[in-house]
Amino acid sequence: MNIKSQKDFFSGLLFTAVGLTFAWGATKYNMGTAARMGPGYFPMLLGVGMAILGGVITFNALVVHTQDGDKVGGWAWRPLFFIISANVLFGVMLGGLPSIKFPAFGLIVGIYVLTFVASLAGQEFKFKEVAVLATILAVISYLAFILLLKLQFPVWPTFITG
Amino acid sequence: MDLITNLSLGFGVAFTPINLMYAFIGCLLGTLIGVLPGIGPLATIAMLLPATYALPPVSALIMLAGIYYGAQYGGSTTAILVNLPGESSSVVTIIDGYQMARKGRAGPALAAAGLGSFFAGCVGTLVLAGFAVPLTEVAFKFGPAEYFSLMILGLIGAVVLASGSLLKAVGMILLGLLLGLVGTDVNSGVARYSLDIPELTDGIGFIVIGMGVFGYGEIISNLGKHESERKVFTAEVKGLFPTGEDFKRMVPAILRGTALGSMLGILPGGGAVMAAFAAYTIEKKTKLQPGEVPFGKGNIRGVAAPESANNAASQTSFIPLLTLGIPPNAVMALMVGAMTIHNIQPGPQVMTSNPELFWGLIASMWIGNAMLIILNLPLIGMWIKLLSVPYRWLFPAIVLFCAIGVYSTNNNTFDIWMVAIFGVVGYTFIKLGMEPAPLLLGFILGPMMEENLRRALLLSRGDWSVFVTRGLSASLLAMAALLLLIVLLPSIKKKREEAFVED
Repeated sequence: MNIKSQKDFFSGLLFTAVGLTFAWGATKYNMGTAARMGPGYFPMLLGVGMAILGGVITFNALVVHTQDGDKVGGWAWRPLFFIISANVLFGVMLGGLPSIKFPAFGLIVGIYVLTFVASLAGQEFKFKEVAVLATILAVISYLAFILLLKLQFPVWPTFITG
Repeated sequence: MDLITNLSLGFGVAFTPINLMYAFIGCLLGTLIGVLPGIGPLATIAMLLPATYALPPVSALIMLAGIYYGAQYGGSTTAILVNLPGESSSVVTIIDGYQMARKGRAGPALAAAGLGSFFAGCVGTLVLAGFAVPLTEVAFKFGPAEYFSLMILGLIGAVVLASGSLLKAVGMILLGLLLGLVGTDVNSGVARYSLDIPELTDGIGFIVIGMGVFGYGEIISNLGKHESERKVFTAEVKGLFPTGEDFKRMVPAILRGTALGSMLGILPGGGAVMAAFAAYTIEKKTKLQPGEVPFGKGNIRGVAAPESANNAASQTSFIPLLTLGIPPNAVMALMVGAMTIHNIQPGPQVMTSNPELFWGLIASMWIGNAMLIILNLPLIGMWIKLLSVPYRWLFPAIVLFCAIGVYSTNNNTFDIWMVAIFGVVGYTFIKLGMEPAPLLLGFILGPMMEENLRRALLLSRGDWSVFVTRGLSASLLAMAALLLLIVLLPSIKKKREEAFVED
């Protein structure tokens, strides 16, 4: 059997899997009755509903004809990897990693790390240009978030400020 | 008259220097992100929510509202000059707007969009002010069964108006509802789906989902596409003012667009995007006058009507939020979040318990629209310059502001890890053609729906017929069923698919 719509086929499977997971999770909570619902009642209802719906979507994807097969297409691995890494590294710089005694480097270092890593996601990467951009962003963020809005951020590395 | 006293109270609040300043900041930011393709009001409001902690609630809401309707103005500039939707609600403006720009008539197109938006904004604000009081009275008759049915209607509305597959939109709503249930159950105190992670017992932050799915997901997807040919018609913007003939054509179009937009904005699930589509479709159906340029070739009505409609709808979509506490679309769902962080429970009681907030917000919209017309017509040159900033400088800045916004909500790096996960999830949604807006709406409504369902069934001793035996609730459900029926009718289904093909 051919998959007529790749996008729908996989999203249907995803709905079913997530629905079943939630429904399975709900069995661990007290179900109750309609009049006195336990914490498991509503999630069970939704989870089962979603699993069935996912099944229908998957079935349709096998039966209903589409013009071009609705291909999912290639994944943009490079942007995906660098954007998410930039975000995670920014978190590491702000909070440090206490479990491996990695110190917190604070907001300013974090901004430089984030800008450089995120820029790698684009099609062009010019070191000088990115350095200028990072500096501008660092200054703007310091002025706007720290001085003006007074948000609580660790600004400088902890081993300097103590 | 009550309306006059209320409005004067509102203007009293809105005209204080601090609120004028925040209205201005909101409008400025709104235009900015409207002009910039690839970042919308949803991501921006999510980004700025944490920053509004320190502000008084009125100022915070005035600013956030300004971002939403400001974006409707800015979006048209990009649509007309660059052939890209700066904002999703400007998608249809491209069709005729860009053609006008190619013929050297960018100025009149921008003016038609600006003036139309301004007129529609003023009318939308009046509708909001006029409808708020009577609707609030209805809202007080609502019991849990009615609230539940109303949310069903809202969710169905969101499904019907979502672009793309109906079934997938329903799936996204269910997923949103389920994600909304993560965290401590208020009735039993059981921490549901928290995976023994202490941070998850408070639930997943909606800022985290909003940023991950709308911010990062979009950026990754944009970077994955190859940079398309962009031709910016910057030099060609001379003479802004439309000719007398232009006026004759655009005035009725603006009136129709405004009326339609005001109505579609109030509907649950409605909003700026749908209003713009509907307005354009109607204009296309009307007969061309002799000597008029056909649609798709640069007809000024094709710019004026959808731009008026999207702005009117963005104002009136505040009605269900402010009177019933039910957000009609994803941006309004974020506004619920904004109100809750300031300890305001959205709903009919806002008008009585916080009248200065309620009327101040409404009055500020009128002031905001006046600011926007100045920002967008005489100062258009500034925005045109901005359009030449390359995306490779913009996206790291967007990533940074998202990350800062997420961290500052709870001063906690846990949220940053969560947003990374939702970024990947969001990109997956885009790849699989699953529209994320209904998810966010479901996410906000999830806990409210469960609560009202529980209460309704508790009162009826477990009898599900309570939803159809109570008149108000039954009529709400009937409306929902009717909506579903209408879209499922084969002829309309086909039309709907056609309408979204231009997407």
